[in-house]
Amino acid sequence: MSVNHPGAVPRAQARRATPWWFLTPNLVIMGLFTFLPITINFYYAFTGGVALYPQDRPFVGLENLATLLDCGNHFDPSTCRRDLFWRAVWNTAKLSVFQVSLMVLFALITALVLNRKIIGRGFWRGVFFYPVLLSPVVVALVWKWILQREGLLNAAVAGLGGTPTLWLGEPGSAFFWVVFVSIWAHLGFYTLILLAGLQAIPADLYEAAQMDRASPWRTLSRITLPLLMPNLLVVMVLAAIRAVQTFDEVFVLTGGGPGSATTFIVQFIYQTGFQEQVRLYGLAAAGSLLLALALVALTLVQLRASRAAEAGERAR
Amino acid sequence: MTLVRFSAVALAAAFLAAPLMAQELRVQCYSDGNECEVTGDIAKRFEAANAGTKIIIDKVPYKAVVEQLPVQLAAGEGPDIARVTDLGGLNKYYLDLTPHLSAARAKAWADNFSSTLPWFRNGAADKGIYGLMSQLTVTGAYVNKTLFEQAKVPMPAAGASWDDWMAAADKVAKATKVPFAMAMDRSGHRFAPLAVAYGAKIFDANGTPVVDAGYQAAAKKFVDWHKAGLMPKEVWGGVGGSQYRDAFEEFANGRVVVYYSGSWQLKRMDTQVTKAFDWAVAPAPCGPAACTAMPGGAAFVGLKRTKQPALVAKFLDFLSEDGNYRELMAKTENIPASLSVAKAGVTYNVSAMAKAGLNAFVADVPKIAKANFDLQGYRLNRAVFLPTAQRLGQAVAGEMSTEDALKRLASDMDEQVKAASK
Repeated sequence: MSVNHPGAVPRAQARRATPWWFLTPNLVIMGLFTFLPITINFYYAFTGGVALYPQDRPFVGLENLATLLDCGNHFDPSTCRRDLFWRAVWNTAKLSVFQVSLMVLFALITALVLNRKIIGRGFWRGVFFYPVLLSPVVVALVWKWILQREGLLNAAVAGLGGTPTLWLGEPGSAFFWVVFVSIWAHLGFYTLILLAGLQAIPADLYEAAQMDRASPWRTLSRITLPLLMPNLLVVMVLAAIRAVQTFDEVFVLTGGGPGSATTFIVQFIYQTGFQEQVRLYGLAAAGSLLLALALVALTLVQLRASRAAEAGERAR
Repeated sequence: MTLVRFSAVALAAAFLAAPLMAQELRVQCYSDGNECEVTGDIAKRFEAANAGTKIIIDKVPYKAVVEQLPVQLAAGEGPDIARVTDLGGLNKYYLDLTPHLSAARAKAWADNFSSTLPWFRNGAADKGIYGLMSQLTVTGAYVNKTLFEQAKVPMPAAGASWDDWMAAADKVAKATKVPFAMAMDRSGHRFAPLAVAYGAKIFDANGTPVVDAGYQAAAKKFVDWHKAGLMPKEVWGGVGGSQYRDAFEEFANGRVVVYYSGSWQLKRMDTQVTKAFDWAVAPAPCGPAACTAMPGGAAFVGLKRTKQPALVAKFLDFLSEDGNYRELMAKTENIPASLSVAKAGVTYNVSAMAKAGLNAFVADVPKIAKANFDLQGYRLNRAVFLPTAQRLGQAVAGEMSTEDALKRLASDMDEQVKAASK
């Protein structure tokens, strides 16, 4: 038997509305500062001219995208109409491959070491995490001072009787240092994720392995890595997303040089939209649209991977 | 009741007077040395002479003026006055001061700044008065005299070519074990005099910028100097994009014998280098076509978006008055753009070396080639300068051949000019 109290319906309605009251401020902020700019960017990508306001910009359809994608051979930027875009695309791809694989490797090694009972474990965890707290600009400036011609590294090299080198002056070495500095700056964050994963692995599995006299390598490959896989996937995808978005650190450290050896997609977008005298906002927006597509793809990979991992866990 | 009435009248008077009292101008200013501070000092006198006015000098980095100000202005925002270097490119945002100046003052502007007023204008038909050159600059070569003396190599005389200078500087570098003979700021503006010296006309018959044979010859020479190790690769090749990078530190640290930059570095030279070694400014190096420097500079411009155009004009006019302008030039150690101030002379409180340097720069002014004057006054000159830094930088870094870099440079310039005309 149900009893209808007067005022029950309005109270239920109010209860249903309550979450929206809490969500509204966030929705407004997200709408204004995230979704609106995304929409405007989307619109700009299909307009031309140099005017700033959308209403003054002529619609050009896919022209901006066609300009960016116009290439004789996409693997050879010199055959592309916008060679700098393709140089940036391939640099970003190269960075993603090197940075992600090395980041995962070093983060894993660091997490494994920091998970052991070593002397001063808390201190070492702090040391590895500390660079994450620094602003990317500070990180880049510190390393610039170390790597410049009269920097600390060359002073050390000269002190040891070696010849000072232009560490950021050659394409190969500049790229190496970009990867190195990025790993140094963000390693702590990924190590922390892996450390959390390692600590969630039940200790009795290792005890059982010990009783079975499993070798350390077998323990790592048969217990640690399979159980750490969900965390490794998260690290891989997050590192890849970060690599694709690289800008501030590299812009301060190398300015995209030498030549365009460390120019990545975001810098190309920034240059096209804000550094040239004639600002091609439409082309810059089209570039960021392509970048967004890459990021969406990576995010989907992450979602699919984490769902697969969750399904695997449930099946176990 | 009397008190209430009195209060009401006082309140009404205060409301009416408020707009008159709150006459505030914001001046966005970047500084190469002490330009903003000196302008601030002069602004205080303006405030004293014009009760109720307030001039606020917002000191910003150069990057903000180059990259953020144009976006602000396009969005209808920004300061009342700004110190800019893209003199012709921002023309559509400028306030024409003419209607706010008396006939006598307008004539004084036209007479005193006849050589630089066209740089702000949009074509020959435009007769507006838009800005005041706060700094007239001339490019030129700084020479480490001490190294020349140590190496016992005579300094090339006036009329010497770029090659003569490079050969002499190389001799000095080798004798004194200095790593490089010469360095040039990473800027298309700095490259322009070398290009014109080698015969570049910069513009075709239609007034469109072109990468002609002279420009190409200079670019090839320039990249070859880098390849030969005569110039430090890290200045032009070490940075990406079209970013500016000066080579002052290389010169100040004694790593290059000759440094091609400009008159705006005089103050830094005097304060940071004079104590370390003797330096001098060489006469404009020559090429087969000309011995030329490149003019340039920064200017205070009134902006159309201001709500107080008359006050903007009044303040800029105050700055342009001979006494104030002379003070601005003397304290900032800059070359005057005002003919009357230049004629009367400016007393600079600087070292003998800096004084000689200033004289050398001033002596180069009459020799500036027309192409360089035209380029400085060209509305889209940064569409020439920026791709030059970008593409020649790539060639210097070894990323592409000079020929390919020049082809890309031509297409970049063409694309920018076409986009601007849409």
